[in-house]
Amino acid sequence: MNDPSEALASAKAAADRVVKTKRLNACLTGPKDLRKSLVAQAQAAHPSGVLYGMPVAVKDNIATLDFPTTCGSKILEGYRSPYEATAVVKLRAAGALITGKTNCDEFAMGSSTEHSAYGRTLHPFDKTRVPGGSSGGSAALVAAGVVPAALGSETGGSVRQPASLCGVVGIKPTYGRVSRYGLVAFGSSLDQIGVLGRSVHDAARVLSVISGRDPKDSTCEDRDPLRLPTVPESLQGFVIGIPKEYFPADLDPAVRRACDRVIRLFREQGAAVREVSLPHTSFAVATYYILAPAEASSNLARYDGARYGPRFDGATDVRALYRATRGQGFGAEVRRRILIGTYVLSSGYYDAYYRKAQQMRALIAQDFRNAFDRGVDLLFTPTTPTAAFKAGEKLADPVAMYLSDIFTVTANLAGLPAISLPIGRAKGLPLGGQFIGQAFLEDELIEAAYALERVVPATTEA
Amino acid sequence: MPAPWETVIGLETHVQLRTVSKMFCGCSAAFGAPPNTNVCPVCLGLPGALPVPNELAVKLAVRAALALGCTVHPRSVFARKNYFYPDLPKGYQISQFEQPLATDGSLSYLSPERGIVTATIVRLHLEEDAGKSLHDRFPKQTAIDLNRCGVPLIEIVTGPDFRSPQEARAYLLTLKQVLEYAGASDCDMEKGSLRVDANVSVRRAGDTALGTKVEVKNINSFAYVEKALTVERDRQIAVLEGDGGARGAIEQQTMLYDAKTNSVRPQRTKEESHDYRYFPDPDLPPLVLQPEFIEEQRAALPELPTAKRERFQTQYALSIEHAAVLTSDRTVADYYEAAVHAGAEPKVAANWVINEVLADAKDHNEQLRVPAASLAQLVSMVKGGRLSQQAAKRVFVEVAERGGEPRNVAEALGLIQVADSGVVAAWVSEVLGAHATEVSRYRNGETKLLQFFVGQVMKASRGKADPKLAQKVLEDKLAS
Repeated sequence: MNDPSEALASAKAAADRVVKTKRLNACLTGPKDLRKSLVAQAQAAHPSGVLYGMPVAVKDNIATLDFPTTCGSKILEGYRSPYEATAVVKLRAAGALITGKTNCDEFAMGSSTEHSAYGRTLHPFDKTRVPGGSSGGSAALVAAGVVPAALGSETGGSVRQPASLCGVVGIKPTYGRVSRYGLVAFGSSLDQIGVLGRSVHDAARVLSVISGRDPKDSTCEDRDPLRLPTVPESLQGFVIGIPKEYFPADLDPAVRRACDRVIRLFREQGAAVREVSLPHTSFAVATYYILAPAEASSNLARYDGARYGPRFDGATDVRALYRATRGQGFGAEVRRRILIGTYVLSSGYYDAYYRKAQQMRALIAQDFRNAFDRGVDLLFTPTTPTAAFKAGEKLADPVAMYLSDIFTVTANLAGLPAISLPIGRAKGLPLGGQFIGQAFLEDELIEAAYALERVVPATTEA
Repeated sequence: MPAPWETVIGLETHVQLRTVSKMFCGCSAAFGAPPNTNVCPVCLGLPGALPVPNELAVKLAVRAALALGCTVHPRSVFARKNYFYPDLPKGYQISQFEQPLATDGSLSYLSPERGIVTATIVRLHLEEDAGKSLHDRFPKQTAIDLNRCGVPLIEIVTGPDFRSPQEARAYLLTLKQVLEYAGASDCDMEKGSLRVDANVSVRRAGDTALGTKVEVKNINSFAYVEKALTVERDRQIAVLEGDGGARGAIEQQTMLYDAKTNSVRPQRTKEESHDYRYFPDPDLPPLVLQPEFIEEQRAALPELPTAKRERFQTQYALSIEHAAVLTSDRTVADYYEAAVHAGAEPKVAANWVINEVLADAKDHNEQLRVPAASLAQLVSMVKGGRLSQQAAKRVFVEVAERGGEPRNVAEALGLIQVADSGVVAAWVSEVLGAHATEVSRYRNGETKLLQFFVGQVMKASRGKADPKLAQKVLEDKLAS
C-alpha cells in the first residue's frame, strides 16, 4: 500500500473495528478522538514507510502525543505526555497509524488486565475470562482482528502471556534491542517494549521498525535495527533445547499434549531436540518479585501530585498531599508492590533480599548461557501453565496470579529474546508455546517461529 | 582538671561542575534563568524519560579527583537515593553510593595553628542537584524552581581531620583554589556552586574515640564557615559542661545554621529520619572509564597551586608568603609570570603585583586592568631611574583607568625623571640658596638634614629629579 486514499480507508476501517469491539474494553481511546487522530495521521503518514497505512495500537504505558498516557492508573488520569516514545516516533516515521491506547494492568503490574483503573479487558473468545496481562488490551485487539499488530511491554512476561492466552504472536526482544525512552518505567532493568501480532511476520516487521540504537536511552545497545530473516524451508540445522524444569509433573495435560505435538513437529522438520536443564528456574518467580517491586517502588515515587496528574487534595501539608494522592491514586496491586519494593530495599533488609536476588538473577542468566554454550540454539517451553483463566479467579490470591508468569519471567531476568506463538487449543481456548533465544539473535528466533507457525495446528484441540 | 576540649570536624562539600548542560539531559545548567525555563522531560522526571550521562561532567569530575590525588576507579556505579521532596521530581536523586567515582585522596593546606597539614579525601562522587524550594516568594505557599534540578555536582567527603573551625575554612579555601585551577568548578559559594555540610564533634584532648557528631547544614558563604562551626562547637561544649545546669549529652542530629542570628537550630527530626534505600540505578550502566581516558584528564590538568607555589619560590627566589599569594589564583599567577617574561625583575614584579595590581583588582571586580607587559615596562622604568616609585604608581593608576603605554603616559604627565646632572645641579643650587640656615647646620655636623635637602630638590623639580642623582649632587656641593 502506498496510496494516501488506501491509508485513509485503512485508518477509518480500523476506527470502525475499534468501535465494534468496544465491549472488550481493550482500547482506552474514545471513538471520536481516535477517528479524528487516525484521519490526521493517515494524511501525514510517509507513503514510503515500510509500515505505511498499517494500524498499530499502543499500550497505554508508552508515551504518545495524540492520546493521554495513563498506564491504566487513576494517578495519571488525563495525563498527556509532551513528548513521544522513541518506539512510537519510529512507527510514525515508518508510516504506521497509531490506533489508540490499549488497556493494561495498572503500571503493567498484573497478569490479567483486571488491575486497570479503567475496568477489566474481556477475553475476545470468552467474556468470562481474562485476556492475560499486563498487555491484555493489545492482545485482545490483535486477537479480535482490530489491528494486525500492537505494542505491548514486558517486565515479566506481559507480552507473551496475553499473546498466549489470546492466541496471537508475542515477541519480547533482547533487553537493549528497543529503546525504553517513553516507556513508563516499572522495573527498569527488566522492562522492554514488545510486539503482539496476528502472525510472526506482522509482529517481526513492527519489531524491526522499532528496534535499534537511541541516544536517549543509555541501556539501549548501539546496534542497527533488526533485519528480518527469510522464511526457512524447514528447521534443518536447528538444535532446540527442551528445559525439563518447564515441564513439571503437574503441568496442565492439555498444555503438555500441545508441547509434545510441537516437539514431534521439530523432529519432522529436521531439528535436533535435546533435553536440557536450567537448574535455578524454581527461584525465578521469587527473584522477580523482589527485583521488579524494588525498582518499581523507586520508579513510581514521582507520582506525588505535586507536578502533574490529578491531585487528591484536602491536604494541609506536603506529606499529607503525598499520602492522599498516592493512597487514592494507586490501586491495591500497585500499592502492594510499592510496599514490597520499599521493604526489600530498606536498610537491614537490602542484603537479605535485594542483593540475594541480584545474585540469583546472575545464576539464572548463567543457566541459559550454559545451555547455549553446549550447542543449543533455542529453547522451547510452554508460555503459560494454563489457558486463559476466569476473571476474578486469581484476584484474591496474588501469589497464584504471580505464578502465571512462571515460564516467562526467566527470559526477562536473563535479558533474553523470546517469542510466543499459538500451538493449539484447550476447550476452544488458545495455548501458546515460546522459543527463548540468545541475546540479540532475534533473527534465529523469528526464523524458527516462521517454520513452526507454518506447520503447527494452532487452532485444533491439543 | 580535665584536659582541654578538642574540636573534630569533617566536611562534605558539594561542588557544581562547570558544564554547559545538565548531568543527564541537554538543558542549560546556567544560573539565574527565569524559574522553570531550563527544563525538559528528563530533568522534570516525566513518565518514561531516561537519563544519559554528560561526558564533560565525567571529565571534570575525573580532573577534580586527580587534582585531589584520588584513585579514580575504572568502574563506578550510579545509584538512586530515594526520598520524597517537592523539588526532587523523580522521588530520587541519581548519585553514587557503594562504588563511587574516586576514593583515597588528600589535600594539603596551611592550618593557622599547625602549619601545613594534610586532610584525607575519603571519597569523591558524581551526582545531580535537586531543584529549589522557595519558601519566601508567596505568602504561605512554597514555589518550586526546577532549573537547578539535574545540574552536575561532585560531592567531596573528608575524614574527621580538622581540629578547629579555622582549619575547616583554610581547607575549603585551598579546595576552592585547586578546583578552580583544575577548571572543574567556579566554586562560587554565593551562587551556590560550592556548598558545605560539616560534621562536628568535641572530645577531651588525648581521647582517641570520636564524640557524638552533629551535622551542620546551610552554611552559605565562606564568611559563615568559621562562625557556624564555632557556634556549634561552643554549643556542644556548653551541653557537655552542663552550662548553668546538669551535664548533658550530645544528641546525634542535624542543625541548620542561621546567619542572621549567628545560631544553630535543630532540623525537624521528621525531615531527617531518612532511609534512602540506595540501589544501583537500572537506567544507567556502570560508568566504565578506560585508562587512556583517565590519563587524558590527567594530562589536561594544569600545574596545581602547591606545585606552582614551590616552583615560584625556587625559580623566582620569592618568599613562601609571596609565592602563596601569587599562586592562590591561576589568573594572577599567569599574569605575574607574563610580567616576568616581559622583562620585569621577579622580586620587584612580585611586590608590584601583590601591592598594586591585586589592590586595584579588588576594587574593580577582580579585573587585572594593567596588562602584564605594561607592568613590566613600568618596573623597568623605575629600575632604570627614569621614573620614581611615586611617579610609577601614578602612571599605574592612569594606565589602569585610561589605558595607554606607560612610557607615553609618564611623558604626557611630565613624570620622566631628569637624570641630567646639569639640570639637577641648578635645582640643587636653588634649594641651597634658599635654605642658608640649614646649610650651615649641615656643615656643622647635622648630616641627617641631607634627606631634607633631597626632599626640597624633589619639590623644586616637581618630582622630576632623579632622587639618587640629586643626593649625589647635594653631597658634592655641601662638601665643597
